[in-house]
Amino acid sequence: MPPRNDGIGASVRRKEDLRFLTGRGMYVDDVARPGQLYAYILRSPHPHAELARIDTSKAAKADGVIAVFTGADMAKDNVGGLPCGWAIKSKDGSPMKEPPHPPLAIGRVRYVGDQVAVVIAETYAAAKDAAELIDVEYRPLPAVASITDAIKPGAPQIWDIAPSNTCYDWELGDKAATDAAFQKAYKVARIELVNNRLIPNAMEPRAAIGDFDPASGDYTLYTTSQNPHVIRLLMGAFVLHIPESKLRVYAPDVGGGFGSKIYHYAEEAIVTWAAGKVKRPVKWTAERAESFMSDAHGRDHVTTAELALDKDGKFLGLRVSTLANLGAYLSTFSTCIPTYLYATLLAGVYTTPAIYCEVRAVFTNTVPVDAYRGAGRPEATYLLERLVDVAAREMNMDRIEIRRKNFIPNDAFPYQTPVALQYDSGNYHATLDQALKASDWAGFPKRREEARRRGKLRGIGVSTYIEACGIAPSNIAGALGARAGLFETAEVRVHPTGTVTVFTGCHSHGQGHETTYAQLVAEGLGIPIENVEVVHGDTAKIPFGMGTYGSRSLAVGGSAIVKAMDKVIRKGKKIAAHLLEAAEADIEFKDGKFTVAGTDKSKALVDISLAAYVPHNYPLEELEPGLDETAFYDPKNFTFPAGCHIAEVEIDPETGATEVVNFTAVDDVGRVINPMIVEGQVQGGVAQGIGQALLESCVYDQSGQLLTGSMMDYTMPRASDVPSIGVATHTTLCTHNPLGVKGCGEVGAIGSPPAVINAIIDALAPYGVHDIDMPATPLRIWQTIRNAQPAQAAE
Amino acid sequence: MTQVSMTINGKPASADVENRTLLVQLLREKLGLTGTHVGCDTSQCGACVVHVNGRSVKSCTILAVQCQDANITTVEGLATDGKLHPMQEAFRDNHGLQCGFCTPGMLMSALDLVQQNPDPSEREIREWLEGNLCRCTGYHNIVKSIQAGAAAMRGARAAAE
Repeated sequence: MPPRNDGIGASVRRKEDLRFLTGRGMYVDDVARPGQLYAYILRSPHPHAELARIDTSKAAKADGVIAVFTGADMAKDNVGGLPCGWAIKSKDGSPMKEPPHPPLAIGRVRYVGDQVAVVIAETYAAAKDAAELIDVEYRPLPAVASITDAIKPGAPQIWDIAPSNTCYDWELGDKAATDAAFQKAYKVARIELVNNRLIPNAMEPRAAIGDFDPASGDYTLYTTSQNPHVIRLLMGAFVLHIPESKLRVYAPDVGGGFGSKIYHYAEEAIVTWAAGKVKRPVKWTAERAESFMSDAHGRDHVTTAELALDKDGKFLGLRVSTLANLGAYLSTFSTCIPTYLYATLLAGVYTTPAIYCEVRAVFTNTVPVDAYRGAGRPEATYLLERLVDVAAREMNMDRIEIRRKNFIPNDAFPYQTPVALQYDSGNYHATLDQALKASDWAGFPKRREEARRRGKLRGIGVSTYIEACGIAPSNIAGALGARAGLFETAEVRVHPTGTVTVFTGCHSHGQGHETTYAQLVAEGLGIPIENVEVVHGDTAKIPFGMGTYGSRSLAVGGSAIVKAMDKVIRKGKKIAAHLLEAAEADIEFKDGKFTVAGTDKSKALVDISLAAYVPHNYPLEELEPGLDETAFYDPKNFTFPAGCHIAEVEIDPETGATEVVNFTAVDDVGRVINPMIVEGQVQGGVAQGIGQALLESCVYDQSGQLLTGSMMDYTMPRASDVPSIGVATHTTLCTHNPLGVKGCGEVGAIGSPPAVINAIIDALAPYGVHDIDMPATPLRIWQTIRNAQPAQAAE
Repeated sequence: MTQVSMTINGKPASADVENRTLLVQLLREKLGLTGTHVGCDTSQCGACVVHVNGRSVKSCTILAVQCQDANITTVEGLATDGKLHPMQEAFRDNHGLQCGFCTPGMLMSALDLVQQNPDPSEREIREWLEGNLCRCTGYHNIVKSIQAGAAAMRGARAAAE
């Protein structure tokens, strides 16, 4: 057989592209249900206020209005609050403070954008117009938006149950051992930094349609979700009390997520519940302004970290103290992001023997904060890779040399870190070497000199990162506080004529699963890729699923598909043995054929599937008809993609304008199924990382008003802001999943921000600048240069 | 309500609209042409770009009533006789899309660029895309796609001449 061009390792063009390129995608807002009504959600303009009175009577009488509902109406129906999916315990063993989160506010609003009421009308314009007639008496309360302000004595209190606005005060690692390491340190490198708050801004705004069939009592929710089964579970069990058997959640084409579409949002519950009340479909689509003030935000840490070093530059201990902003309410996975997805990564790719991290999570009058591409791991990587550069400077060592000296050696795997994780495989020298070569690190001094002659400051920066993906072994996650399992589900249905439909519990919102998964099946069952269809997103079709986030779709979802295929092949062998009158043990399966070993007697997959569905000549007494297998795969460990990112920047010292002139990413994402898709994932992630490093920042003013509330105010990376991004991979296989894959969705956003900032600090070295916070905007860089100049002049 | 008539993708279309109705609302909500998307409310994202009388226009920023008698092309009008336009083909070959939401606007915008500048440089493409946001691709493959699409269109023109 000639080598396949549609199996594992091939850059197959994407199956899903045709519909997107011709305008035939179906996103939630494209869905029009017969008789559908439109919802407009009235949101709080105040960051913190008592809801003294809500008078909806005028709005209810407006033209086209069908109903107006408030939190009181939902409470009358015993609608529950939006649940948090991960319980964290404080240092003293006490549970985190878990305030209620009603879909429509009751008694008090706690951030600008908090839901106050919903108007349901014949048209969206009528609903929006009528919302202006709702008379809300707000009694404003003092508010606090910044983490550092929120923990000050006398700060406004957001929840009575959470003194000092503290949700939890958590720790990880061996404090005594870490303190002892600092005792014997030759030098200590120290850094204080802010991980800037980001607004995800997937290009498709969130949308939801609730539909209710009075004849059957069935509810359907169309929603922009990364994990429809999780939404069905959370909304059905905790909020609306609808059994799974009566609730279908369907996330069709979804226009990007980056984490922001994982969570169960109030609007999903509101339209589903309202559809039941008014007995007609109810549609809500966010305006972009609503995305800014209601999609969960990301990052927002303030951190102090110290690294103890011996006289040779070996890392002895790491001590980290972080304040993490959770916003006004607990979003679905908010609580695990600054803890188990953050502090567990603080070993990085280094052999640091003692690590201690404490995290205080704080409520503020801001939009809830949750996972955004990378989720915890970018925060860990940013602090560690900035700190390693500081350490190199303190020790007067080369930045590359100090990294190499501390890398976990290639022969040390499996490697147990002091912060709970066990890395299964990696080769950090290899990705570093490859990136140094690809970026021509050695030739940099010449380029710097050439730039200097043009009046530009040129700098180069490196980051050698690791992250944890493939979330997650359910028992470990459960022991750490997860309130759900984190396996994945797949059904592989071989049809009578040998074509295959794969049902996956993961969800594609840009990742290309319809192609990558089809490649797995084409290779695994030896059939052309055209004969494989992948179905995702619909709880009515798919047995179960935990969804797509944390770069888990291939490592966990793909492994589930492999397991289901294994079952298909096992059953196929039994059928083939019967048809070929051979012993089952003698049947081999290869390239789509079941063959009696050592003979030319064989049956194709289609012969087997046909026999399974037309079982005339079939071992019916021992074997059920049909060829349709389901598997649930629970991973044995996380996966650990790692790599090296190198950024090269040029700064105009007169304006502070910065250009990323070169970017090199060399990532170890395990086995690569579709190189084209992997490169695209890395490039997209790097652009988001460059966005965080140079452009993006969510800004609240002191009073809690959101200042960056539109795309006019919040700087989204544009095509001219990012360079061409050179991507390469170096593979070490994951040792514990059947594909050897690690995940590639987040590496770009994790590895790149410190590379860019380290490059900027390198460029500003002539001014004696050692520190700058993200985003390093032209203004900030210009100010930094101006502030530094007197110091330089004095030297 | 005002009646508006225009040509959309080569076919006559008319509808009764409120005066405040935007072109994108007419396309999506009245005519079922949901390939054109709305990604923002400040004319920044470009997911709604269509061609009005041959030039790229953000359909969220023009009223339907302004398009009386206009000739409109949307993403649904690019492929002919089941064959993708070379620019669509180039986006497919070069992985110029991920979630697909910005793609219709990117295609329509790219075609206007190539109409004016048949052989745009990387810099010219990046600057032209000022009004089109993508959150997935990092633009790398969009730029590659537009270069490849422009080359294919030049090739097709040369072959026709």
